[in-house]
Amino acid sequence: MEFFLQQLFSGLAFGGVYACMALAVVMIYQATDHLNFAQGEMAMFSTYIAYTLISHGVPYWWTFLLAMAISFVGGVMIERIIVRPVEGTSVLNEVIVFIGLLTIFNSLAGWIWEYTIKPFPSPFPKDPLFGNTFVGTHDLGVIGVTLVVLFGVFLFFRYTPIGLAMRAAAQDPASARLVGIRVGWMLALGWGLAAAIGAVAGILVAPIVFLEPNMMGSILLYGFAGALLGGITNPAGAVFGGFAVGVLETLIGAYVSFIGSELKLTVALVLIIAVLVFRPSGLFGRVVVKRV
Amino acid sequence: MALLEVSKLEAFYGQTQVLRGLDFSLEEGGITAILGANGAGKTTTLRALCGMVRTRGEVSFSGARISSGATESIVRHGIAHVPEGRGTFVRLTTEENLRLGAYTRKDPQAVGEDLERVFQYFPRLKERRHQQAGTLSGGEQQMLAVGRALMMRPRLMLLDEPSFGLAPNLTEELFDILGAINKERRVSMLVVEQNASLALAIADHAYLLETGRIVISGTAKEIEQDETVRKAYLGY
Repeated sequence: MEFFLQQLFSGLAFGGVYACMALAVVMIYQATDHLNFAQGEMAMFSTYIAYTLISHGVPYWWTFLLAMAISFVGGVMIERIIVRPVEGTSVLNEVIVFIGLLTIFNSLAGWIWEYTIKPFPSPFPKDPLFGNTFVGTHDLGVIGVTLVVLFGVFLFFRYTPIGLAMRAAAQDPASARLVGIRVGWMLALGWGLAAAIGAVAGILVAPIVFLEPNMMGSILLYGFAGALLGGITNPAGAVFGGFAVGVLETLIGAYVSFIGSELKLTVALVLIIAVLVFRPSGLFGRVVVKRV
Repeated sequence: MALLEVSKLEAFYGQTQVLRGLDFSLEEGGITAILGANGAGKTTTLRALCGMVRTRGEVSFSGARISSGATESIVRHGIAHVPEGRGTFVRLTTEENLRLGAYTRKDPQAVGEDLERVFQYFPRLKERRHQQAGTLSGGEQQMLAVGRALMMRPRLMLLDEPSFGLAPNLTEELFDILGAINKERRVSMLVVEQNASLALAIADHAYLLETGRIVISGTAKEIEQDETVRKAYLGY
């Protein structure tokens, strides 16, 4: 029982990180119909920025907020300067830009901070809370912080005029323009938000997987799996999917002996293929019908 | 001075020219109808005024030149476009749709009052306020589209086939409400309608479009008497 609880909480902690990545991916997908393959590397880059801030003596939680803010501005600028010129040209153009961004951020991080693995601090105490034996305090902290961030995002989209305008712009750009919404800027805001949420994921997972330029590769894959499982057209579903993938991956790794930790990533890939084959709209997604 | 002044307006879809130089104007507080057969360019005229198609020519709105602006900048002058097919945000609720109409306004208190006023005009929308707009009937969605336009407190409303797909009694009700809005709130209107007799009943001026040109213009009364219009569009 104790082993199961240990695995479950560890899975939920990873799940929170995957949920953030899944949400970031879904936000951009909803507005543009494309997966942002660079989402993981953008988050990795944000984490390096946080690392630099911390090593210059900025307190942890200030770093956390500052890194989110810097990532937000960076995301907006990427959309305005790099993505916007190819928007709506062709699928291939956009995908190539995303992959280009992925490579650029990866190499840039390696060039600035070197490829050696670096430790990243956790703001939470090392000792387990109340002397319990089934959940580490960092895991608990990750679950808590991701839930707060995700709930904040929900409140923003549900209750603020800008959030409403962003949803409208993603759904029906032509009608959004007719009520005076600047659709281009809404897209840029979406990129900014996605980058900031990605930063949260990177900063929280860095103490567990260590900081290096390829740290987010597999995590983005799990995020994709979560987004697809929950439904790529449904942000709440994607968050649920992220948590589900985290738990699933950890439990399968722990209980199915031939998978262990070596084949864990395969679980995500099998899940992606299974969802695409058997239920392309995911658990909670809309079935998108295109008339041709 | 006229509220809306249009001169030599041309519009294109790709290489195809649809409007071939329209000149017309619209007085503040008036209702003007644009009549014409399918493909005459009625819808394109409204789309051209909002910068939704490629255009040439001059459009000025209460003295300001708007013809080169982006759609979202043009509508911010106080022009509400109720598009053909209604342009409802189907996955948002009725109330969210209405609130989006007031997106550019900075007076939240008055927006709340206007929301209540729209619900007075269209009580059905109040019953459905938390329902996804996509689940509304065609008539309710048309009311929602008009309601959303009103939320902008527009000076000019561009209405594209407001009777489209509505039962006759609903159409009559909608036109009564449009007439009331025009009188009570002094909102000017430019109405595109296939149903000519309906449009002429509330309009004070009218233009007849044929293949991208204005062929007849005048007061609604004159147009109603016109031999060609009567034969071709009014059916008697």
